[in-house]
Amino acid sequence: MRKHTRAALLCVAAALTLTACAAGKGGGSSTDGAAAAPGKDDKLTLTVWSNYSDREYEEVTKALKTFNKKFPNIEIKHEGSQDDDKITAGIRSGNTPDVALSFTTDNIGQFCSSGAFQALKPYIDRDKVDLNQISPAVREYTEYKGNRCAMPMLTDVYAMYYNKDMMSAAGVTNPPKTMDELYDAATKLTKKAPNGDIEVAGYLPTMGFYANRPTILAPSYDAAWETADGKSALASSPGWTEMMKFQKKLVDFYGYDALERFRAGLGQEYSADHAFHQGKIAIMMDGEYRTAFLKAQAPQIKFGTAPFPTLKADQYGTAFTTGTIMGIPKGAKNPGAAWELIKHLSFDTDTIVDLANGIKNVPSTKAAMESSKLEVDEQFKTFIDLAKSNKLKGNPVTPIGDAHIKAVTDFSVSYQSGKVPDLQAGLKEVDKNIDDQIAKSGK
Amino acid sequence: MAATLGARPAPGRGRARARHRLAVLGFMAPAIIGFVLFFGYPLVATVVFSFTKYDLINAPEFNGLDNYTFMFKDPLLIKAITNTLWFVVVLTIARTVFALGVASVIARLKSGVGLIRTLCYLPSLAPPVAATLVFFMVMRPNGGPLDSVLGWFGLDSPLWFSDPGWAKPGITAIMLWISGDLMIIILAAILDVPQEQYEAAELDGAGPIRRWWHVTLPTISPVLLFGVVNSVILALQLFTQAVVAGSAGSGAADATGSTKYLGFPDNSTLTFPVYLYTQGFRYFDMGYAAAMATVLFIISFAVTIVLVQRMRKNSSAEEGGPGA
Repeated sequence: MRKHTRAALLCVAAALTLTACAAGKGGGSSTDGAAAAPGKDDKLTLTVWSNYSDREYEEVTKALKTFNKKFPNIEIKHEGSQDDDKITAGIRSGNTPDVALSFTTDNIGQFCSSGAFQALKPYIDRDKVDLNQISPAVREYTEYKGNRCAMPMLTDVYAMYYNKDMMSAAGVTNPPKTMDELYDAATKLTKKAPNGDIEVAGYLPTMGFYANRPTILAPSYDAAWETADGKSALASSPGWTEMMKFQKKLVDFYGYDALERFRAGLGQEYSADHAFHQGKIAIMMDGEYRTAFLKAQAPQIKFGTAPFPTLKADQYGTAFTTGTIMGIPKGAKNPGAAWELIKHLSFDTDTIVDLANGIKNVPSTKAAMESSKLEVDEQFKTFIDLAKSNKLKGNPVTPIGDAHIKAVTDFSVSYQSGKVPDLQAGLKEVDKNIDDQIAKSGK
Repeated sequence: MAATLGARPAPGRGRARARHRLAVLGFMAPAIIGFVLFFGYPLVATVVFSFTKYDLINAPEFNGLDNYTFMFKDPLLIKAITNTLWFVVVLTIARTVFALGVASVIARLKSGVGLIRTLCYLPSLAPPVAATLVFFMVMRPNGGPLDSVLGWFGLDSPLWFSDPGWAKPGITAIMLWISGDLMIIILAAILDVPQEQYEAAELDGAGPIRRWWHVTLPTISPVLLFGVVNSVILALQLFTQAVVAGSAGSGAADATGSTKYLGFPDNSTLTFPVYLYTQGFRYFDMGYAAAMATVLFIISFAVTIVLVQRMRKNSSAEEGGPGA
């Protein structure tokens, strides 16, 4: 028996040691100061991980190659289809890229607070980089509590898309600007079969479907995520209540069951079968990238774009923004060269404009947005104008990934289905759950 | 014999025995090393992490029982446990009965056995993501093939992956479609039942149903119990199909990262492993995820022990016969 106990203790001790070793891995270059830029004769290879694939991968690779004009001695190895799970696993195992590109701005809080992405302030201070070239909202979603650990590589701006033919057929002369106008337009544009089935939905209010995410919709309702003391503000910020009520009013107009049956038959968000491409919805919220999808996959659809309607008229022109972020992961082998590449992609106007034209995203600097080389048509102009405005709002940054976003989405779906008897009490409960989750993270 | 009992073994024989043990250990070493490295160490590490605050990047910090106490105020955890228990009960029964039914039918076929057996087994070879997406397309309301067929009879298709009440049955249907592996095992057991037993039962006047009930079923019961254990573990670990079906139902099957809506609709597809993944890799709380994994392991282990004991009891009762 004693033998067994001793063996068990030895096993636990060995496991604890191994665990501590494994957990301590991933360290590397110091984050105290800025690593030196590479010399003109230094031969090195920079590894870049991104989640791009297919055509977009080719465009980003082309943009990365422009770095060779400044540093012909640096070879760039671009690996696509690398999501945040792989980046995190790479950091833990010591197999880190020099530059990581992430689509998931929801994770910036974790990346900055955990040190997964190195602090960029020493580099920014050393090179006297003027961050004012980037709009405040974009600056916000690339840092956490003053710790800048990422830079933007283009941005996405969200606005309203509307089907011009359907609008004129329904007698809606102008794109709606307020939620009341949106409701009126949605009801006029909706077509129902004699048996009550929905054939065309004017505007689909279902939370969680396509771009109907709380982060994207919140600016239109002036809904705040945090109180002044950093607590979840769902119950205290009136915008959330108004958002829920507006969505519920539309759901009731369609009838929940009819709406769900209609929605369940719609195509996937990034497929050619998308409901707007198929003429099954007349108005929707989406990012600027949809202009390229529509032209490629549904050229028959005549569409217009405009700022999304807002709750109050004076808020019109506000929009949500997010985008791809770039950082130097902990343990990167060539942090100095990695910063030079990030700086190049963040501020080299020609590179940004070419890439924006290639993948139809909004440039992240003011200079690139003003460039005559930027391809701006009637539909894309809406997004550029919104990006230039000072009404953009960025992604809420927390250390808990997208837990808060899921909590709001879940609640909204329940509310729309009629399962929530007391809206305010429900929102308070969600506030508590979000605050508990953040408190548990200890950050 | 008695004289040799108390005697010390000859030094030569002792050395031979030690050499034998060493040889056995040497042959077993790869398996032992693999077990320790890929099962023992992760298991112990998971238990250790469950008492820490761990964000995957920095060294874990001991936080006592915080992760376990948080479980009591986490509303989604209750939902995830309920969903998984639903699958443990319904999926286990449905999968075992379905595989048994299909195997019993195939065992009685006179012609085309090879083709039908292959057709029934093939879906289990499909990658889970692809299989789930294909099933989703087939079951899609408003124009999907199943909806069209039901429409011929004036019926509406259920909103399989959009209605919280139908999402779990929908996933169960997918799991049945890909249960060919269990079907093949049960079929092999049925074909292995001694023919004489059927002949004896037939002489005693038993018809096909009574022969199946009194001969086939008792003989293959150890295999069925294996099927039950296997299905329970499968249900406890249900992940891929739940994530893909939920994402496709929310219209985001082709989305990446956090734009995928896990648990859709209304968290009805949020199984315990999906929530564990969410906490660990989307909320970066690996300590809490480890605590959840520890709880899942204890439950799986307990269920398996109970079922294996039951299986052993059944086997020994069969070997001993009546009155044993």
